[in-house]
Amino acid sequence: MAKNTNTPTQKTMAENHKVGTFLSTALFALVSALIAFPLLAGLTASFRPAREIFQRGMSLNLNFKEWTMANYSYLFTKFLNPKTTDATALADSRKYFMWYKNSLVLTLTTVVLTLLICYFVAYSLSMYKFKLNGFLFFMVIATMSVPFEILMLPLYKEITTIGIINTNAGVYLPGLCAASTIFFFRQYMTSLPKELLDAARVDGCTEYGISVKIMMPITKPAFASMAILCAMGSWNNMLWPMLVFRDTNKFTLQIGLNTLLTPYGNNYDLLIAGSMFGIIPILIIYLIFNRYLVEGMTSGAVKG
Amino acid sequence: MKKVKKLLYSQKIAPYVFALPFILSLLIFWLYPLVSGIVMSFQDVSFSGMKFVGIQHYQKLARDKFFATAVANSVEYMVLTLLLMVPIPMLLAVLMESRLTKARGVWKVIMYIPALTSVVISGMLFRLMFSEGDSSQMNQILQMLGKAPIPWLKSKGTAWCALLLLCVWRWTGVNVLYYVSGLKSIDTSLYESADIDGASGVQKFWYLTLPLLKPTTVYVVTISVFAGLSMFLESFMLWNGNSSPKNIGLTIVGYLYKRGIEKNDMGYACAVGVVLMVIALVINFVQLFATGTLSFKKKED
Repeated sequence: MAKNTNTPTQKTMAENHKVGTFLSTALFALVSALIAFPLLAGLTASFRPAREIFQRGMSLNLNFKEWTMANYSYLFTKFLNPKTTDATALADSRKYFMWYKNSLVLTLTTVVLTLLICYFVAYSLSMYKFKLNGFLFFMVIATMSVPFEILMLPLYKEITTIGIINTNAGVYLPGLCAASTIFFFRQYMTSLPKELLDAARVDGCTEYGISVKIMMPITKPAFASMAILCAMGSWNNMLWPMLVFRDTNKFTLQIGLNTLLTPYGNNYDLLIAGSMFGIIPILIIYLIFNRYLVEGMTSGAVKG
Repeated sequence: MKKVKKLLYSQKIAPYVFALPFILSLLIFWLYPLVSGIVMSFQDVSFSGMKFVGIQHYQKLARDKFFATAVANSVEYMVLTLLLMVPIPMLLAVLMESRLTKARGVWKVIMYIPALTSVVISGMLFRLMFSEGDSSQMNQILQMLGKAPIPWLKSKGTAWCALLLLCVWRWTGVNVLYYVSGLKSIDTSLYESADIDGASGVQKFWYLTLPLLKPTTVYVVTISVFAGLSMFLESFMLWNGNSSPKNIGLTIVGYLYKRGIEKNDMGYACAVGVVLMVIALVINFVQLFATGTLSFKKKED
C-alpha cells in the first residue's frame, strides 16, 4: 500500500502509486485464485475416474493423460446411449434428469408465483394509505427477523395436516410471501411518482388495471433483480424440500445429489459430474444478469 | 351485485385485496406455526395425540449434555464467522474501491461465484478436499510442507478449519459486494475535504469510512448472527448426515432436526426451537441497541 510521507515529491508519489496498484491488484488476483480453486478442483475431478475420487479424494495432480469423459457419458446415458444394455447407467441417468426436471419446474413455479404475489402486496403497501399499512409493513420486517428453522417443525406438521406434504405446493406455498422480496419491491415503488395513478384514474382505469398495466411495466428492473435472487434461492434450496419430499421421483436436484453421497462411494461418477452440471443454470443466469443480481442483493445493506 | 363490484373496485377496498395474500400467509404460515411451535414445546406430541407436560422439556433441556454442546458449537461458530466475515470483506471492499485496484469487475465476478453453489455441492467439494486419504488436496499440501497427512474431519480443531473455510469461501464475495455498495453511497466530497486537510489514508479510513459504513456493518452483522446461529446444512454435508465424531459438528438446528425429524420427538424439538429463537432475538436486540440502529423513533427513507 502506498504510504503518505510527510513531504512527498511528485516522483515518489507516482512510484508509490504504481507499487500500490501492483500489490493490491496482485492481492485480488490471489484471493480470486483461492476462491476459484475448489470449483476448478471439482471441475477437473469430474474428468477423472470416479473410483479414484472416492478412494483418494480430489488430488492436486493434473495428469492430463488420465482425463476421461466417462463420468459425463455415464451421466448423459439417457441421451447419448439410450439403447445401452447397462441398466444401472440408464436408470441413474434417468433418475438424475428427473431430479433436474423437478428442480426446474419447482423453481419456475416458485419464481412466477412469488414475484406476482409479492409485487401486489408491495403495491398496496407503497401506493395506498390505508389503516393496516403501517402494521403490515411492520409485520414484513418482523417475519424477516425470525429464522425459518424455528418455524420448520410446526410448519412441517401443519402441511402434513393440510395434505400438501410430498407436493410442490408444500414447498413453495409457505414461502410465497417472501418478506425480503416484498421489502425490495416496496422500497423500489415508494420512489416512483404517484401522480401516474391519479392520471390513470381520471382516464377511467380501475385500481387493478393501474397496478397491472401502468405500474408493472415501470417496475421491470425490480422484477429482474428479484427473479434472479428467487430463482437462485429456489434452485439451491435444500432443508425445507428435504422435509417435504418423500418419494425419490419427486426429489429436487439438491436432495437427489445428497442421497448420492454415500459412505460406499458407489455413485461418485454421477455425483461429481452431476454436481458440476447442476451449477450451470445458475451460473448462466448470473453471468447474463449480474447487474440486476447485485442491485437486488445489496439494496438492504445500504438503506438499512 | 353491482354494488359489491363497485365496492371491490373502490380505492378503499383495493389495497386490502392486494394485501390479502400476505395477510393470509402471515396468519397461516407464520403466526400459526410460531404459536403452535411454542405451544408444542409444552406438550408431548405423538401420533396418538398431545399431552400437556408443562415446562418438563425445558427442564430436560437444561440438563441435556448434547444440547449444551449444540448451543456451544452454534455460538462459537457464530462468533468465529463474525470475526472472519466482517473485517476481512470490509478491508477487501475498501481496497477494491480505491483507485489502486485494476480489473475490479473480474475479481468481483469471480469472488461471487461460490455463493451460487448449493450447500450440497460446496459441502461435497470441501469434504473431498479435506478427505482422509493421503492424496486429498489438503493432505498433499501438508506433505509438501513436510508434515504427515491427518484425518481432517475427525477432530474439532482441523474439522472447524474446513467448516469455517467453507463459510469464508462461500460468503466473502457476497459481503464484499455489500460493503462495495455501502462505499458507493458515501459522498466523495467528504474525502476531498479530508485530503485538503491533509488526512492520511489510515485517518480517512478510521474517521470517515468506518463510521459511514455503519449501516452496512449493522446489516452484515445482523444477517451473520442469524446465519451463524442457525447453521446446520454445512455440518450436515461435511459429515454426511447429522452424526459427526464426538458431536463436533452438532448445532442447535442440527439437534432440532435430530430430535424432531429423526427421532420424531416434536415437543422436545420445539422447545429447542424456542430456545434458539430467544437466543437469536436477545443477541439481535443487544446488537441493534448497541449500534444505535434501534431507537423508537420513526425514520422515513
